[in-house]
Amino acid sequence: MKRLIAIVVCCWAGVALASSGGSALHPAGNSLSDTASLQRGARTFVNYCLSCHSAQYMRYNRMAEDLGLTEDMVVDNMLFTDKKVGDTMTVAMRGSDASQWFGNAPPDLSVVARARGTDWLYSFLTGFYADPKKPTGVNNIIFADTAMPHVLWELQGVQKMVTRFEETEEGEEHEVFDHFELATPGIQSELEYQRTVRDLVNFLEYMGEPAKLKRYHIGMWVLVYLVIFTLAAYLLKKEFWRDVH
Amino acid sequence: MNAVVKGLTDLRDWIDERFPLSEFYHSQLTGYYAPKNFNFWYFFGVLSLLVFVIQILTGIWLVMNYKPDAAMAFGSVEYIMRDVEWGWLIRYMHSTGASAFFIVVYLHMFRGMLYGSYKKPRELLWLLGVVVYLALMGEAFMGYLLPWGQMSFWGAQVITSLFGAVPVIGPDLAEWIRGDYVISDITLNRFFSFHVIALPLLLCGLVGLHLVALRQTGSNNPDGIEIKKNKGPDGKPLDGIPFHPYYTVKDLVGVGVFLILFFAVVFFGPEMGGYFLEHNNFIPANPLVTPEHIAPVWYFTPYYSILRAVPPMFGSQFPGVIAMGLAVVLFFFLPWLDRSVVKSIRYRGVWYKSALAVFVVSFLILGFLGTQPVTDLYTLLARIFSVTYFLFFLAMPWYTSIDKTKPVPERVTH
Repeated sequence: MKRLIAIVVCCWAGVALASSGGSALHPAGNSLSDTASLQRGARTFVNYCLSCHSAQYMRYNRMAEDLGLTEDMVVDNMLFTDKKVGDTMTVAMRGSDASQWFGNAPPDLSVVARARGTDWLYSFLTGFYADPKKPTGVNNIIFADTAMPHVLWELQGVQKMVTRFEETEEGEEHEVFDHFELATPGIQSELEYQRTVRDLVNFLEYMGEPAKLKRYHIGMWVLVYLVIFTLAAYLLKKEFWRDVH
Repeated sequence: MNAVVKGLTDLRDWIDERFPLSEFYHSQLTGYYAPKNFNFWYFFGVLSLLVFVIQILTGIWLVMNYKPDAAMAFGSVEYIMRDVEWGWLIRYMHSTGASAFFIVVYLHMFRGMLYGSYKKPRELLWLLGVVVYLALMGEAFMGYLLPWGQMSFWGAQVITSLFGAVPVIGPDLAEWIRGDYVISDITLNRFFSFHVIALPLLLCGLVGLHLVALRQTGSNNPDGIEIKKNKGPDGKPLDGIPFHPYYTVKDLVGVGVFLILFFAVVFFGPEMGGYFLEHNNFIPANPLVTPEHIAPVWYFTPYYSILRAVPPMFGSQFPGVIAMGLAVVLFFFLPWLDRSVVKSIRYRGVWYKSALAVFVVSFLILGFLGTQPVTDLYTLLARIFSVTYFLFFLAMPWYTSIDKTKPVPERVTH
């Protein structure tokens, strides 16, 4: 039995080690209950992302309703084509063109937050750095050799990767990432840019599952009801079972 | 008031002359005696039935908006999640229900192993139950293809390819199952058909037979004593109580507790950290991009571990496939592998108790390993625990016959 426990412990230790590898993700720190943040995120999304990426399962009017915007506001500020407010967020760019221009068709972003997770998206969008070897001029610390250009560079500016040398167990030296340095400043300060990305990621999380906004709220009442129901059932059971010995 | 009562009584009599309604109510509910000492483990039968009903009902409503078409399936699920009124709730109940089904069924089976419920005279009851379990595995496997995400696609691709490892007929067999060279729209259509019609029908029938067999033998209990052996002067078991109302009210409490846990997951964490809904399954199926790490849903991972633990022999994966199949099929033989004179773990010796503990630990660790990418350490562990998994069954005739059992009391304790 002791040996068994030892093996189990080894097993879990192995997991802990395995999961610590790779570039560390930064926590997104977003909150779906922050409606202002969702609104700012929606604006960034429509202005910067939606020209190449679609969100083909997200309807404009659903977004308006959930984010506390009026349909007129959405029509005036976010609908740039002849789309109707009940339409979903598709793009005009053809997949075949996109493949030629970028090497890859930009993926639909409706549920990207569910596939990648918010921390990954936050780290990705803050992780672009200058790399003259790439056709887009940038590379990404989280997603190496991504085909995506740094669309938000105007806001963030261009950052450079600073590396240091580290010795491996075998005594070999190799270059590792240390930190980013802002080479060309952007319109926004570092903190402002982080907020922009956090808002955008917040919106992407909302878009991945619009029902999430009300899911917790309804769930609480369902559980309250079920606890009362179970309590009543328990008292009923006790009463019925009084004559069983 | 009296007129109403008289009217209802007349209606009942009218039906009883034509249909055995009162007789059924009496023989199956108020006159059916169950042991009075059921404990926690005896909730999982009725809970399995409850989850089955949840799956059938939510399934009916999902099919109203789901499109079994490779080009539309992924989008139709998102349509259900967004545009269908309460669609997200129905879908989460169904996806959580799938995992809940296996949780309650595994605990239900474990109960059988704790208290020797498969032993004489309940061998057929157990066999029918294992067949239900097999049908359930098929139902879950085919249902998992329907959302048409990357894990749906590649999971199905991997499992159907296993049939390709069968000597001689393998490749043709795999193609026959898929209806195509790879998983495709054709496969999606046939899996849909099996998932919503063939297997649910089969499951209904099998669950019915399982209950008929249960009514014939009566329930086992934590003491493993046949309550029918001790009857009072009125011919009723001294240690039995009528199923209704005693167990109906008791089960109601179990149902309440279960629903609290179930809806806590549905509303607050339907993805269960990627175990109930895998992250990669939110990427639409793409035959050209193989995910780095393909793992089945958690309830299949113990068997998946066994499959991966067996090294290829003569350049064929077939031995692994055989081992995986055997790991499931061995459950059928439990009634005859177990040579103990007692049923319940309460009166068994240290051998069976240890063996069952080792089995549970093996099953859990194999389950965990199946969710992880292959490493040298994990492969070694998977091999060790595959061996202990099989030893539990294969060495059972030996260790149960030398086990020192305790005397079983005449009447049930608590």
